[in-house]
Amino acid sequence: MFDATSEPIIALSHIDMNFIKPSGGPLPVLAGIDVTVREGEILGLLGRSGSGKSTLLRIAGGLIKPSAGTVLYRGKPLGGPAEGIAVVFQTFALYPWLTVLENVELGLDAAGLRSDDAHRRAMSAIDLIGLDGFQSAYPRELSGGMRQRVGFARALVSDPILLLMDEPFSALDVLTAETLRTDFLDLWGAHQLATKAVLMVTHNIEEAVLMCDRILVLGANPGRIVAEIKVPLPQPRNRLDTAFHEIVDEIYAILTSRMTEAMGAQSRIHGGLVQQLPEVAATRLGGFAEALAAPPFEGRAELAQIARALTLPSNRLFPIAAALHLLEFAELEEGTIKLTAAGRVLAHSDIDGRKLLFREHLLRFVPLAAHIRQVLDERAAHAAPRERFEYELEDHLPRPEAVKTMQTAIDWARYAELFAYNDRTRTFSLDRGAA
Amino acid sequence: MEQHAEVLTGGTWRQPVPGWRDLVATLLVLGVVILIGIGTHQMVAPFAVEHQPAISLSPAALPLYTLRTVLRMLAAMSASLFFTFTYATLAAKSRRAEMVLIPILDVLQSVPILGYLSFTVAFFVALFPGNVMGPELAAIFAIFTSQAWNMAFSFYQSLRTIPTDLDEASRSFRESGWQRFWRLEVPFAMPGLVWNMMMSMSGGWFFVVASEAIAVGDLQIALPGVGSYVAKAIAQRDLAAVGWAISAMTVAILLCDQLVFRPMVTWADKFRFEQTAAQIIPRSWVLDLFRRSGLIAAVSGPLGAAIRHGARARFSILPGRTATGLLPRGVGDALWLGLASGALAYVGWAIVRHAGSALTWDDLRTATGNGALTLARVAVLVALASLIWVPIGVAVGLRPKLTARVQPVSQFLAAFPANLLFPVAVFLIVRFRLSPGIWLCPLMILGTQWYILFNVIAGASAFPSDFREVAASFRVRPWRWWREVMLPGVFPYFVTGAITASGGAWNASIVAESVSWGSTRLTAGGLGAYIARMTEAGDYPRIALGVAVMSVLVIALNRLLWRPLYAYAERRTRLD
Repeated sequence: MFDATSEPIIALSHIDMNFIKPSGGPLPVLAGIDVTVREGEILGLLGRSGSGKSTLLRIAGGLIKPSAGTVLYRGKPLGGPAEGIAVVFQTFALYPWLTVLENVELGLDAAGLRSDDAHRRAMSAIDLIGLDGFQSAYPRELSGGMRQRVGFARALVSDPILLLMDEPFSALDVLTAETLRTDFLDLWGAHQLATKAVLMVTHNIEEAVLMCDRILVLGANPGRIVAEIKVPLPQPRNRLDTAFHEIVDEIYAILTSRMTEAMGAQSRIHGGLVQQLPEVAATRLGGFAEALAAPPFEGRAELAQIARALTLPSNRLFPIAAALHLLEFAELEEGTIKLTAAGRVLAHSDIDGRKLLFREHLLRFVPLAAHIRQVLDERAAHAAPRERFEYELEDHLPRPEAVKTMQTAIDWARYAELFAYNDRTRTFSLDRGAA
Repeated sequence: MEQHAEVLTGGTWRQPVPGWRDLVATLLVLGVVILIGIGTHQMVAPFAVEHQPAISLSPAALPLYTLRTVLRMLAAMSASLFFTFTYATLAAKSRRAEMVLIPILDVLQSVPILGYLSFTVAFFVALFPGNVMGPELAAIFAIFTSQAWNMAFSFYQSLRTIPTDLDEASRSFRESGWQRFWRLEVPFAMPGLVWNMMMSMSGGWFFVVASEAIAVGDLQIALPGVGSYVAKAIAQRDLAAVGWAISAMTVAILLCDQLVFRPMVTWADKFRFEQTAAQIIPRSWVLDLFRRSGLIAAVSGPLGAAIRHGARARFSILPGRTATGLLPRGVGDALWLGLASGALAYVGWAIVRHAGSALTWDDLRTATGNGALTLARVAVLVALASLIWVPIGVAVGLRPKLTARVQPVSQFLAAFPANLLFPVAVFLIVRFRLSPGIWLCPLMILGTQWYILFNVIAGASAFPSDFREVAASFRVRPWRWWREVMLPGVFPYFVTGAITASGGAWNASIVAESVSWGSTRLTAGGLGAYIARMTEAGDYPRIALGVAVMSVLVIALNRLLWRPLYAYAERRTRLD
């Protein structure tokens, strides 16, 4: 357990991060962020994709230089990757041509140790993380869980003061992730690590509540801290605890209200044309509405509850909920989702009915789709290049988000048969049979 | 090095009791060392252009000639590797160097290789007067120019496509530039580099043979080697000697493949980036032998440790891409580009001034006219070769057993220097009084058509079997099957093969469009014949003109046809 007065390990203050727009100006992805990680705590950064949480972690690791603001590591400005800071990557980032042992030794390269010292320390890290027997294996021979253990061993072998973890469990299956999480918490709780503080990025609400002492919730566009939640529960924590549930529900409520607010704000600027669309296929929406309309929910559910019932992780649930809200098939409020009248009709229609209803809502509530359709209607050739619209989006959204939004718009429009898109020529056209 | 890891981790340390493996491995190592010693000793012997040792046509002289030919090849390969590691690294790490180096590489790549030879031989001979080193270096340099560019490109491309997560891992663990180079960059680039080295080696045999018997104007040099042996055999109309040379070269290529490349490909397999297990695991008896021999392990163990230690040393060669400087980025770039284009303008002006006095517009017209003729030939030949080899390649590639047998043969044929076979073809043309304008053309693609074959075989054998089963279960008709199933499936592979074949045909045109048999001389016209004729006459301005026209044609062909085709093939066959 930590207390708020203990020594700050790393302090990020007034961090701004801008990318460059295609038109040249700065596009903010992080604005005015203050984060302090104190000795003894696991701090979680929680947010939707595109909230800049991974960028923030890389700034703390010295891998990216912020556009503005200061990073103090143990009181001194951080100029780049520093001794005492180690990173665990979402994709493991192991060198496939090195054995487990050699990969772990990589964490000691910078120390310039004698090779037998390096070998001894690497072996003890391998031992600690439960990899003994696998030291001469190559990463491709290992399962995902074992690979991430190598990632942990490589990070821990240099006895880092600060451990940075970038969604370390999200590439693993549920069971493996749970085992590895527990193993890590055991090591941490037993004070077997030299590590004094952990900063962890995640999009999984339950994982954050399970592991962290403190959680910072990030809002998107530009990323900023919208809430700080303390988790005063003792370790090991029980998912079935009422107190645990309360915190999870609270975070769901914060995230949904942020989401609805953000969607509202986006629909007011630029006639809603630069609205970021949630990354979800149109066909999923009908299926989800059907599940929500059926018992035991009868059209209304708490997000945390339906996530558990449908075993949907929160990062998969949020886009669906956001899309239903955006298209006014459902209403999101304080962590609950409620089908609207149109949503109930959607849930009970057959395929053609669904498509018709979806098309109507798409035209009314997604200005981007309506705009493309209008341009196609007005043009004599009924065709227009994708770049034209994507370029406008990129002026307000980071490029990956702009591309994703465009892909979602195309998927929805194809489902609604609103217009056709040819990926080879990258043009939109009005559907005349062939698409 | 493999064994060393076992030694380190303890447990499997074996007492080095000599066994049959040790004996064979030791003999192999000693044999190679002794052969290299003999060959290199001769390469620094005194030499005078006026009193050259005569080339003997006796088959007994051939082993030594072959050895020297092979050594030239290996020397050029080492030089190419060194060039690759320095040039490509510089281009990948410095944005400003990249702006200049990559376009230069692009041009160098399209200059016909034999064009370099005529310009450099005089320089190298003057560099080491009275020593055979001069002409040797000129020949090695010519081979180098046939090998280095694609290797450098491949390495550069790999450096630019290092996955972000590995790059971040390397940076966050604060590897020094040196550590990063040997631990991340070279291993990541290794599979592509080894593949390109094999391609280079295949192409190199052609030029090693062509660059031994050098005749530029009055300068006549015949370096002891298979190429000079064949040149002499041609001059004396000795078909039997040509036969001996062909067999000697066959043995040399097979040995190089077994002793050098097979082990290398097998070893490089561990650098594959894909995290999944490979479908076909390359094997090499030589590597197995060395890995299992306790004696070799004991000797190479400390060596491996030293290499590892060297790779882990902490000094920095080149920092990563950083945008810090005294000047703002835009101003610095403008200055740099201005400087580079100034230098280019000066060189251009110097060439025009120099060439302008020697060349007329008529020369340009002749050269471009000849260029058009050769262009037409290359186009027809690549089309013909495709018509023949694509169906055969598909038929072979879809039968795994046949593939296992045909693929090594086609790769061997691609590596075999086709110019050794020219005398046989010329003999037949002279004998049956065929028209050289038509019958010399196939020689241009004789050596490079196999690239089409083995790439198509590779494509067809990599074609997913479920796609084939789908086509079979829906009883897709033959015409549709070709057009919509198989051809799109092998298309990217075909394009790769056709690019190599077409590039090779351009290069070969210099030796294929104009050939001789004793005193009989056959000429097919065309740009290759033009360059060959000017080289013989030592007419430097016109050699330069011919080479320049060919480079422009090759670059134009690459830009306007092959690159768009390649991009199209990549885009079309992607599923995600």
